[in-house]
Amino acid sequence: MGQVMSLGEAVESLVHDGDVVAMEGFTHLIPFAAGHEIIRQGRRNLSLVRLTPDLVFDQMIGAGCADRLVFSWGGNPGVGSLHRFRDAVEHGWPGPLEIEEHSHAGLTARYVAGAAGLPFGILRGYSGTGLPAHTKNIATVACPFTGEEIAAVPALNPDVGIVHAQQADREGNVQMWGITGVQKEAILASSRSLVTVEEVVERIDLRPGGVIIPHWVVTAVAHAPGGSHPSYAAGYSVRDNAFYESWDAISRDRDLFGDWIRRHVTGAAR
Amino acid sequence: MNGASADMMAVAAARALRDGQSCFVGIGAPSTAANLARVTHAPNLVLIYESGCIGSKPKKLPLSIGDGELADTADAVVSVPEIFSYWLQAGRIDIGFLGAAQIDRFGNLNSTVIGPYDNPATRLPGAGGAPEIAASCKEVLIMIHQSRRTFVDKLDFRTSVGYGDGPGDRERFGLRGRGPTMVITDLGIMHPDPYTCELVLTHVHPGVEPADVLEATGWGLKIAGDVARTEPPTERELVALRRLQEGT
Repeated sequence: MGQVMSLGEAVESLVHDGDVVAMEGFTHLIPFAAGHEIIRQGRRNLSLVRLTPDLVFDQMIGAGCADRLVFSWGGNPGVGSLHRFRDAVEHGWPGPLEIEEHSHAGLTARYVAGAAGLPFGILRGYSGTGLPAHTKNIATVACPFTGEEIAAVPALNPDVGIVHAQQADREGNVQMWGITGVQKEAILASSRSLVTVEEVVERIDLRPGGVIIPHWVVTAVAHAPGGSHPSYAAGYSVRDNAFYESWDAISRDRDLFGDWIRRHVTGAAR
Repeated sequence: MNGASADMMAVAAARALRDGQSCFVGIGAPSTAANLARVTHAPNLVLIYESGCIGSKPKKLPLSIGDGELADTADAVVSVPEIFSYWLQAGRIDIGFLGAAQIDRFGNLNSTVIGPYDNPATRLPGAGGAPEIAASCKEVLIMIHQSRRTFVDKLDFRTSVGYGDGPGDRERFGLRGRGPTMVITDLGIMHPDPYTCELVLTHVHPGVEPADVLEATGWGLKIAGDVARTEPPTERELVALRRLQEGT
């Protein structure tokens, strides 16, 4: 396990048409390089899962990789809309996109239950909101000890979990630090996992706040320096806020978007 | 919203925060106001971002809730499961600071969709952390630009609960925080009536009359008997605000 391979090989062997694919990274360490490789390899009918779809899912949705999205906040952070996501939901372009919508706390509870091998997760959430009426994966359960009613969501166990991290060693042990979001849970909840990394190191030195993912729960590791751009990898890069701002105009227009994908993703060599 | 009224909204919201409070901050206007409070009258305000950053002290305003500056200046950075369970849902946080696309008379918020859910006119980003912030923080402050598009008689979707359909609904829903205690806009300030839970205009900003606020509200907004006038921004507040905005 934790086999170090090229990103192309990893996506080819781990990600199949129709898979449920979770790609995490909460603003930080977003696995853009893996998303672009999935677009290049032309995967279709994916069920994509992410708390914050961000630009990476905007690109994958616009490129026609997905027919379903599980999410909790679908905006361009600090900028505005995700226009490819909106075009899919509002106009069915490039194809219809079924959505399963949660709050961050609710979708996080799905991951945590999935990682723990529990059938469902619980939270104090959703009560009184419009979400349970539209999301069938939100229910309530009575506490067996007090009778208190709380929200329940089913465990999430994706076919593939993909994250980006700062470092791996040659055994496939992984370390990430900074904002680590729900990445560990996404890896542990998934049947197969891919970690792209900034750097393959001889030996991992534990950092303050470092999260270690042992090689034996990771399926594949791929070296992808800069693979979280335009998000960032603390210690290696800074968030490219100017790109997030420029994406608004690129993504607003179907043709401009298509050009961008051809120039920067499908036309680019692996 | 012009520059002066945006400044007034940020300053009025910053003044609502007290030193030493913990504040769960959304990005955009709430983040601006909370940081303004921290660099002026509330140096010990604990800013909490849903990315897991606790006690962030950014020198410039972040674009996203996960900018490196927020993690680098934090007292602690925790995982997303931890921030929502141990910190937010446990009821540990004093103030939740929210914005939205629509608000109704009971302080309920919509950040999900304009038009029908299944056939939306405008698909908005959605819930994010807002429903649980609105449910679990001890109090909620809301910042929103005021117009008939945002202050609506009926929400297109209820993303986050204020007072539901009126008194008693928060208890019925099992929500443990008090709910919204103040709504700050570019025109004035509203507080919920303690008996009816309905928003009441209590302050107008400089140059604004109660009639202007009524005109910008999609329901018959209640107006307090003695509407106060917000103190204009001080030189110190404006200088601090500009310094935060530089380099964002």
